[in-house]
Amino acid sequence: MRWVNVRPNRRSSILLGTLPLLAVFVAYLIAAAIRHGSNGADKILPTPLAMMTAMHSLVIETDPLSGNVLFWTDTLASLQRLGIGLGICALSALLVGMILGVLPVARTTFGPLVTTIAVIPPIALLPVLFIVFGLGETAKVALIVVGVAPFLIRDLADHVADLPKEQLVKAQTLGASSWQLALRVALPQALPRLIAGLRLSLGPAWVYLISAEAIASDSGLGYRIFLVRRYLSMDIIIPYVAWISLLAITTDVALKQLSRRSFVWAHEAHR
Amino acid sequence: MSDLLTFENVWLEYGDKIVLERVNLMIAEQSFVSIVGPSGAGKSSFLRLALGQEAPSRGRILLDGTPLPPECGPDRGVVFQRYSVFPHLTALRNVMFARECTDAPVLGHLFGAARRRAAEEATAMLVEVGLGDSLHQYPTQLSGGMQQRLAIAQALIARPRVLLLDEPFGALDPGIRQNMHRLILRLWEEHQLTVLMVTHDITEAFKLGTRVLAFDKRRVDPHAPHRFGATAVYDLPLKHKLPLDTPEVSISGITIDRIGNNSQR
Repeated sequence: MRWVNVRPNRRSSILLGTLPLLAVFVAYLIAAAIRHGSNGADKILPTPLAMMTAMHSLVIETDPLSGNVLFWTDTLASLQRLGIGLGICALSALLVGMILGVLPVARTTFGPLVTTIAVIPPIALLPVLFIVFGLGETAKVALIVVGVAPFLIRDLADHVADLPKEQLVKAQTLGASSWQLALRVALPQALPRLIAGLRLSLGPAWVYLISAEAIASDSGLGYRIFLVRRYLSMDIIIPYVAWISLLAITTDVALKQLSRRSFVWAHEAHR
Repeated sequence: MSDLLTFENVWLEYGDKIVLERVNLMIAEQSFVSIVGPSGAGKSSFLRLALGQEAPSRGRILLDGTPLPPECGPDRGVVFQRYSVFPHLTALRNVMFARECTDAPVLGHLFGAARRRAAEEATAMLVEVGLGDSLHQYPTQLSGGMQQRLAIAQALIARPRVLLLDEPFGALDPGIRQNMHRLILRLWEEHQLTVLMVTHDITEAFKLGTRVLAFDKRRVDPHAPHRFGATAVYDLPLKHKLPLDTPEVSISGITIDRIGNNSQR
């Protein structure tokens, strides 16, 4: 049998997918053991036990200075910024993307503007955002919006504009007005695309969030990582990074499930 | 029978490329007009003009004596070869679409008794085209033939004055195509439709049509082929249709007359 025709079944897929992850973990354990063998006080590759000890105080105990449990405060602060940012992105993408996609006049008028904004590197705008919005929450949320919204808007507008012409003609022959065309034909078909776009944007959104938190903040997952970097606290950084990855994966899976449940028709063809 | 659709010296030009020239046609009410012709002879352009998707560059198109606005409207229904149903709606909702558009201008959705009435009406139409068992399936779950049945039901429920078919059965298997021929003829008679159908299949054109239009260029300039447009070069009213079970054979020309259309003219 040719290699291209070898397809693993469900059980062996799970096994095969787990193996590399396990291998990385074991490799880390071996490397950590070797470093601790030559220097018992090594901080660069902490053992899992050291990480658990370090995280214990952050996850369970209340910080005497702020009166908060830091790990959960950080998580909540970051998720809140991310949620508000992505929420604004989704709403603006839906509004602007639909208008650009449905109305050729709007597309010709505002398309170049959106394209221009989209090519500005968002991080380069961070100083501007800090100057304009101050160092508070607004600037961090704004960075996510500036970074992600133009991509979502363009993606959605392109998708809507690329809907088969036949559908638009058909809707009009059935008596649909421009508004009904947007509401009944374009919008429902744009929604699964919006979710797909959001899933793709999760990575960049986290990058912008952590960048903003690293520069000016008093809580947040990114803030904590950059704070403890000064003490070479890899035993906190590594669990935090793992936690961020876990949050990102969970969000991604949740969005995927949401799309599959809400828009059965969109996933039917790809089975 | 009066003339429903009139083409008065219609031209369609893109820049200096002439697609259609001097099209003068009267389409009678309740006729079934098949339109054949080689690729690039402007069959689909002609249909787009009738649909209002494009405006003629010269001449006028009249529907019921009034000039056609250059926009698609509910007086003309259409079925394309593909993509003419909405993938995000079930069969039933696809057929209810027209009613929801006319009765719910702001929300685009009907509620309560109005919704039930629309659903009943749509169900009856779906049963009529043979989709009574697939009301709640999405188009991707339907076969190609069923999707076209759905597209026809969706178009008919809006009660169009003219039904325009753009190679509606071109992508179907021969057996399915014969079923569809029976269906469309039955609907044509029951609903007293006026049909314009573009097709590549000459047998199909003669089986279904009461009149066959062949589009082609009358003149060709070998140095500037785009300077002459196509028009209806043959206009054959048919007294006898080909029997529906005529096998699909490749006919080399359209002059073969096996059923005496020519001798009786």
